[in-house]
Amino acid sequence: MGYFLFRRTVGLFLTLFAVSIVVFASMNVLPGDPAITILGIESTEDARAVLREQLGLDEPVLGQYFAWIFNALQGDFGVSYSYGVPVSELIGERIPMTLSLAFSGMALTTTLALFLGISAASYHKKPGDWGVMLLSQLGIAIPAFWLSMLLVLLFAVKLRWLPPGGFPGWDEPLSAMRSLILPTVALALVQSAVLARVTRSSALEVIRLDFVRTARASGFSKSRVLWRHVLPNALIPIVTIVGLQFAALVSGTIVIENVFYLPGLGRLIFQSISNRDLFTVQALVMMFAIIVVLANFLVDIAYVLIDPRLKGRSN
Amino acid sequence: MFLGTKTTTFMLGVAIGLSGTIATAKSNIVIGLQQEPTTLDPTADATASIDGIFTHNVFESLTTVTETGAVLPNLAESWKISDDNLTYTFSLAKGVKYHDGTDFNADDVKFSFDRAMGEDSVNPSKKIFSKITSVSVVDPHTIEIKLKSVDAFFLFNMAKGDASIVGSESVEGNKTNPIGTGPFTFTSWKRGDRMILSKNMDYRDAANISLDKVEFRFISDPAAASAAILSEELDAFPGFPAPELLPQFEADPRFDVRVGSTEGEVILAMNNAKPPFDDIRVRRAVSYAINRDEIIDGAMYGRATPIGSFYPPHGKAYVDLTGTYPHDTAKAKALFEEAGVAGMTMTLRLPPFPYAKRSGEIIQAQLAAAGIDAKVENVEWGFWISEIYKKQAYDMTIIAHTSPNDMGNFARGKKYFYGFEEQEFTDLWASIRTETDPAKRDEMLKQGQRYLAENAIHGFLFQLPRLGVYRNGLNGFWTSSPVLYQPLADVSWAK
Repeated sequence: MGYFLFRRTVGLFLTLFAVSIVVFASMNVLPGDPAITILGIESTEDARAVLREQLGLDEPVLGQYFAWIFNALQGDFGVSYSYGVPVSELIGERIPMTLSLAFSGMALTTTLALFLGISAASYHKKPGDWGVMLLSQLGIAIPAFWLSMLLVLLFAVKLRWLPPGGFPGWDEPLSAMRSLILPTVALALVQSAVLARVTRSSALEVIRLDFVRTARASGFSKSRVLWRHVLPNALIPIVTIVGLQFAALVSGTIVIENVFYLPGLGRLIFQSISNRDLFTVQALVMMFAIIVVLANFLVDIAYVLIDPRLKGRSN
Repeated sequence: MFLGTKTTTFMLGVAIGLSGTIATAKSNIVIGLQQEPTTLDPTADATASIDGIFTHNVFESLTTVTETGAVLPNLAESWKISDDNLTYTFSLAKGVKYHDGTDFNADDVKFSFDRAMGEDSVNPSKKIFSKITSVSVVDPHTIEIKLKSVDAFFLFNMAKGDASIVGSESVEGNKTNPIGTGPFTFTSWKRGDRMILSKNMDYRDAANISLDKVEFRFISDPAAASAAILSEELDAFPGFPAPELLPQFEADPRFDVRVGSTEGEVILAMNNAKPPFDDIRVRRAVSYAINRDEIIDGAMYGRATPIGSFYPPHGKAYVDLTGTYPHDTAKAKALFEEAGVAGMTMTLRLPPFPYAKRSGEIIQAQLAAAGIDAKVENVEWGFWISEIYKKQAYDMTIIAHTSPNDMGNFARGKKYFYGFEEQEFTDLWASIRTETDPAKRDEMLKQGQRYLAENAIHGFLFQLPRLGVYRNGLNGFWTSSPVLYQPLADVSWAK
């Protein structure tokens, strides 16, 4: 386990290093000039020159990169070109929103998917199974933004039960939770469609095995066998997909954040790229990379917990 | 200025200030905006929504303008202009305080101008100060500004957000905590979500301000904006981005839809510097090939006024020149053949704004009918700025020019992205800029419009509309706007 952790950590740092170079290089190659983006097209060349100097844009790219790395290692991610505040502050104020959405989305996704997937497997080749399959096919086919619009039209515009968007922050917990309901549902319905199918097929594989028949034969109830014997043994592929989905979810909230105008990281990265706000983009991409690597790492750990036999192999 | 993600004209909207509305009416308002500011100082960033929210609401300038563009006194209560039109003496309002409690006086005006004109200035409109030679304090309530040459647009330009009078004590913090002298104070900003302004109780005209609290919500997606209006989360959306969604509001008795005009001329810009558009026959052929009605119907759902030159239809000196090259595909085809470009492939690079993308597709079809293969390339805004605007790497593009008095773009020389330069027009513009007699200036502006239309410098398409959706009973928003800001002091709810 120690070696495994060590390898993972080294991998994480190498990934981050590569990501930082790619982001820095691509932001420099991209056509566009932060000074013109900020001062507008009518600005004079000398005003732009002063701003470029203030922002440190007139330094050589390599020098800029090393200065950035040096500061980042000390926890200073620079000051956003366009917002004029430290990047850490910009990101910090948006994390609660995106994480809340990602976690609530994930929780609903897994609950729905496990329930539907296992039920479908237990009603294999019966109407219940077909129903779940049809629904999940629909879920995969429907784009998240369109589903979001429908939800907003029904629950916010027509029925007025929930707000159409926005996020007041956790200072007002009740309205914060209300604001999260529709985005969570929109996110989870689509994600759980995929996961439900994986759960079903994985459970079907296990249901056929001898120990399940034995369990049933020794008199355990059908649902006990399903949830206590089949599910744990079917978990490996499910956890793999959950891990992948969580990574996709964090970056994928960009669509949902746009439709529900939520002040999250997805919208921030989108704006920062169009503003050519190098430091903000850099920090955000690094953070997403960390999340993806961490999610994979947690999935690996989960494998070992679910199936101790894998422990030997990982060493 | 162009209509861009950064420079999108912020259209907060109108106002026939219904004075005398009774105070028992609702006193707060929630306004939807498509663009969120990045920083909050209009003298340091060109983002249109900064002007939209702060100019003449939190910050004030020496002058201000009305919905029709007439200049009115503001921090300067009155002014005298010398006979040679080179010296302006402004008498400043007395007893004015900044929101942090410090006093406003002539030193602040001098400080603001020196800061905007100075070597270290990062003012987005530094150009408008370029004719000033000196700013001197005569006494605490009088300031004298000297120009090196006559500037007919000086007083109008001094109303801009870029010419806001900032406080020397508070200027450093303006990017995140703006302190001005205006009728509203900055209260809070939750980035990505909302911003709140409150009534300035110490304002010199506080009794006539009917709103106590103004909340801005930032919603970039048109469909989301529409849902937010329909569910009554918002009271006003002065710069509504999607003309196709207006009918549902028009059919709903809860809302009031107002379609006005902006200063934004939408043009099909042709690169005059290089073949084939250095040939007037080709430019004329393009003008004949264009069918404006079809473009306005398809791209703007009928909500725009066609233009035949580069001047807004609501302007005093407007001449209707849409008939200069009436739509005639056969004529266009013949001209393209005569110029030897028939069957040629040209690029049409489109910035990421709906008006441009939609118009572009229609124009592509119209050019195809006339025998020209226009290759549409959708580009991102940063790309547009660097490739088209800076490097002139394009054949055709579509863009809205949203600044007032911007006919001077055609006098900016070959290096400007139009690639156009003619001494005749450059001289004409120089006379327009320095002519202080309005009647004579209007006559010359008409002459300028005719010149640009006849020489088919660009394809002139339509005036960008200002689409506003408001809750019924909300008064004071401008229908049309000559500037980027909207004074909220005039806005009120009917009782």
